[in-house]
Amino acid sequence: MRSEEVAKGKIIEVRGTVVKASGLSGIKMNEMVRVGELGLIGEVVRVEGDNAFIQVYEFTTALKPFEPVIGLGEPLSVVLAPGLIGNIYDGLQRPLSTLEGFNVSRGYSADPVNYSKKWRFVPSAKVGDDLAPGRKIGYVDETTLIRHYVLAPPNVRGKLTYIAPEGDYTVLDKVAEVEMDGERLEISMMQKWPVRLPRPFNERLQASEPLITGQRIIDTFFPIAKGGSVAVPGGFGTGKTVLLHQIASWANSRVVIYVGCGERGNEMVELLKTFPQLKDPISGRPVMEKSIMIANTSNMPVAAREASVYVGVTLAEYYRDMGYDALLLADSTSRWAEALREISGRLEEIPAEEGYPSYLASRIAAFYERAGYVRTLSGELGSVSIIGAVSPPGGDFTEPVTTHTLRYVKAFWLLDPNLAYSRHYPAVNWITSYSIYSRELEGWWSRVAEDFKSVKGKAMDILVKEEELRNIVRLLGPDVLPEEQKMTLEAATMIREGFLKQSAYHEVDRYSPPEIQYYLLKLIIMFYERALDKIKKGSKVDEIRSNPLYLRIIRAKYEIKDKDGFDALIKEVEAM
Amino acid sequence: MSGSVSYSSVVGIRGPLMIIRSDGRLGYEELVEIEVAGGERRLGRVLQAGSELAVIEVFEGTQGIATNNVKVKFIGKPLELPVSNELLGRVFDGLGRPLDGMPEPVGKEEWDINGLVLNPYKREYPDEFIQTGVSVIDGMLSLIRGQKLPIFSGSGLPHDAMAAQIARQSTIARGEEFAVVFAAIGVPADTAMFFRGELERSGALRRSVLFLNLAEDPAVERIVTPRVALTAAEYLAFEEGMHVLAILTDMTNYGEALREISILRDEVPSRRGYPGYLYTDLATIFERSGRITGKKGSLTQLPILSMPADDITHPIPDLTAYITEGQIVLSKDLYHKGVYPPVNVLMSLSRLMKDGVGKGKTRQDHKEVSDQLYNSYAKAMEVRALAEIVGEEGVPESSKKYLAFAERFEREFINQGQYENRDIETTLNIAWDVLSTLPESELVNISEENKRLFMKGIKAEAKP
Ligand SMILES: Nc1ncnc2c1ncn2[C@@H]1O[C@H](COP(=O)(O)OP(=O)(O)O)[C@@H](O)[C@H]1O
Ligand SMILES: [Mg+2]
Repeated sequence: MRSEEVAKGKIIEVRGTVVKASGLSGIKMNEMVRVGELGLIGEVVRVEGDNAFIQVYEFTTALKPFEPVIGLGEPLSVVLAPGLIGNIYDGLQRPLSTLEGFNVSRGYSADPVNYSKKWRFVPSAKVGDDLAPGRKIGYVDETTLIRHYVLAPPNVRGKLTYIAPEGDYTVLDKVAEVEMDGERLEISMMQKWPVRLPRPFNERLQASEPLITGQRIIDTFFPIAKGGSVAVPGGFGTGKTVLLHQIASWANSRVVIYVGCGERGNEMVELLKTFPQLKDPISGRPVMEKSIMIANTSNMPVAAREASVYVGVTLAEYYRDMGYDALLLADSTSRWAEALREISGRLEEIPAEEGYPSYLASRIAAFYERAGYVRTLSGELGSVSIIGAVSPPGGDFTEPVTTHTLRYVKAFWLLDPNLAYSRHYPAVNWITSYSIYSRELEGWWSRVAEDFKSVKGKAMDILVKEEELRNIVRLLGPDVLPEEQKMTLEAATMIREGFLKQSAYHEVDRYSPPEIQYYLLKLIIMFYERALDKIKKGSKVDEIRSNPLYLRIIRAKYEIKDKDGFDALIKEVEAM
Repeated sequence: MSGSVSYSSVVGIRGPLMIIRSDGRLGYEELVEIEVAGGERRLGRVLQAGSELAVIEVFEGTQGIATNNVKVKFIGKPLELPVSNELLGRVFDGLGRPLDGMPEPVGKEEWDINGLVLNPYKREYPDEFIQTGVSVIDGMLSLIRGQKLPIFSGSGLPHDAMAAQIARQSTIARGEEFAVVFAAIGVPADTAMFFRGELERSGALRRSVLFLNLAEDPAVERIVTPRVALTAAEYLAFEEGMHVLAILTDMTNYGEALREISILRDEVPSRRGYPGYLYTDLATIFERSGRITGKKGSLTQLPILSMPADDITHPIPDLTAYITEGQIVLSKDLYHKGVYPPVNVLMSLSRLMKDGVGKGKTRQDHKEVSDQLYNSYAKAMEVRALAEIVGEEGVPESSKKYLAFAERFEREFINQGQYENRDIETTLNIAWDVLSTLPESELVNISEENKRLFMKGIKAEAKP
């Protein structure tokens, strides 16, 4: 992008994170600017003649009127190149690991990736090839898990006139050249992309494969498909963050982008601490080798929260374009919405509900629209899945951010404070949660086990019945129930304890592959059906409960690790 | 001190806010000194800095100020606190000015009370168990060095006694490496006196710094008090290498002061009149805790806040719990039952407990025992609710044990003396004893190994 005529103006007012400046003729909406003597980073959010309102991405303490404001000529963009994986960035893609000292100093700039590091480039295109946007021209192995394909930038089309031979190059070195409109254009391994603009793809496809998370209630009952969008609303302490961390750790996606948006610093540290040690369930390599973290914690400047989710999703799209399944986790989208509200308030816009701007819904919709399973420009299959935590004030799901989000996502896992209070984690409510993908993924699950659908259906029936029975018990006590119904309550307890509850901190329990999910549920259903037979023949629920198999089935999730173990237990239940 | 000091005049006044002519010389959040006729001096801070006018919040309020009787002096920098070892043993007002009749401490440096933004990458994950000697905390809500763990309370509940007990029992016997920073934020003088007395009695007063904004002190000042206190705490923790416990009470008064200013500024309110930035603002206070890679000290925060109308969904407790690493919720019911500390364990949480307990830290059965207590107590509460409707006779035999368990859990495990200091072994042993009220088949959270090792006398004969 060219910036011959840089806009230069001065501050006329500082109002928290919003600055009003004058003398900025020619400044563009959403253009990045440097504000004040410290060169704080900001973005133009309103233009009025030569005046502009700027949302500043850093703290504005001691910023004064008459200090300079300089336009940078381009919108907020991210650098896309090998070297992104394994990094932790702030909301503006500034690396936090190379920052000196202990604090995030204002106005600092740093390269998002190492510009002098040499990567082994292997070409795949040849001179004379027709290069179209998104086409692969070669690759470097970014980590042992990620073969990073070098793609023709989305605005480049023409004949390839040069391709670098295999060798070591920095991300700035020329690796190819294209003739376009009579001009020769150099291509390096690095490109920039404006974060608020979705990256292009060929076509959107129907998702048909699950994103396996290893979390039983999700994969079995409320699955997410590759390319799906999910919201996780829940009050404080209901388990949003732990669930997102678990999914980041265990999901079978090829790339994970974790955005800590306005949340706790220590939670990012926890990821930094665990990701290098956790093994990706597919490759056995450290999860860090497929992850990028973006941290804009709650004490960091508000406006950058707003940017951070866009930075995250753009990185996810970039890896999608290489033909990967990328997963974006955002904790919490409510903080992003609150940042919108705060900026909007300082701009004195007319608020809609609870002070949020009227464009809240459309922003949320546009964000989740960036999820999808697609055919990329180079003709491959790739996906961006988005899972966003929502933090409703007072745990009230009727507040604007929750209600708007639920309109636009295809699945939601509603976290229930009562489950959380009784330490039932993940506290996903199985009656009110929903996934549109449940049906689409039936085919896939039938390959795990033919009767998966029926086992799952029976389990859900028991849980739904439990709801009704509990209402009766609450009023009249359990003695009024016939033994069969008491057994249904016992079966529901077994499903809760032995299947739905899943400890994030137990070595074995925290990750449950699909077959094990099936076995655990199957065991309970078999036990229940045998028990009902016995009850018909006169047995009492108390006797059945004291059968050692009861506790062994409940504890199977901790204690049985392989197929043989489950087969043996199934035999015992059959013989019961 | 900044070289350029200049003066200005007042254009308008609204509540504690003052509009002054600044001609662009004032920066955002900078400090001004207001000289009222007669020589009284007040402090104010810039909320909005324009090229002609600026909006100032006056910490001590604007009573008696007219547009023509004051001089406003620009200090040219934000509010700062002189920091050094000399802070220890001292008492200051809510803005950091000495209240104990001694001179201003000589600062090694002056620190901006807003603190700096700690790079999350440089944080060290908190995982060191603090033994508070209070069973319900140590056993089920473990406090970790560098954690921020608030107490949510109601009027008349013993939150002060509890905080004081934690401060006494967790710091004593730690030699010279600890410090207590106490910030009173709009609380009655006797509350401040109580803490002072408790610190004195335990000999911790000379390792303490007190910042007092009392109920009768100006409300606007409360916006600054926790920040001043945390600046002192950060200094002691990260420069002097001490393990600092910061007690901030009552953060609800802080939130109310923030709301007052916000309303006067005609800002668009979000919930219940509180400003939309309440979350962010509270986060800039609570996130000032933790540990830093390569530094010796730690900053643990124990904020106290009263829940207006006992409502945990009120914006102040709600947003606090979204930021802090858990919450300790006190219960009127338990209090009326005579249980001290009256902690509602099911509503309470310590998010950092998991990495601070277990083998090598406390005891290998700690986690499972804690999980089991939560699980069983939650079940017991359901049985209790049932018993209230159908009567105890209507409760099935198999569930009756839960009623007995709940009683024992509350009276023997949770309940303890205000001056009773239980070590973690004792706490866990009481837990096992209380759990033994239940049949073994109910202990679904506990592994065979831990049952074998710790379930004394209960199942000794089972294994050959
Ligand atoms: N799957 C889980 N296993 C065990 N504990 C959990 C699980 N999920 C949540 N928790 C507990 O709940 C606490 C709060 O969870 P968190 O995800 O931080 O809540 P939120 O982000 O909704 O505020 C955690 O600190 C942990 O103690
Ligand atoms: Mg969270």
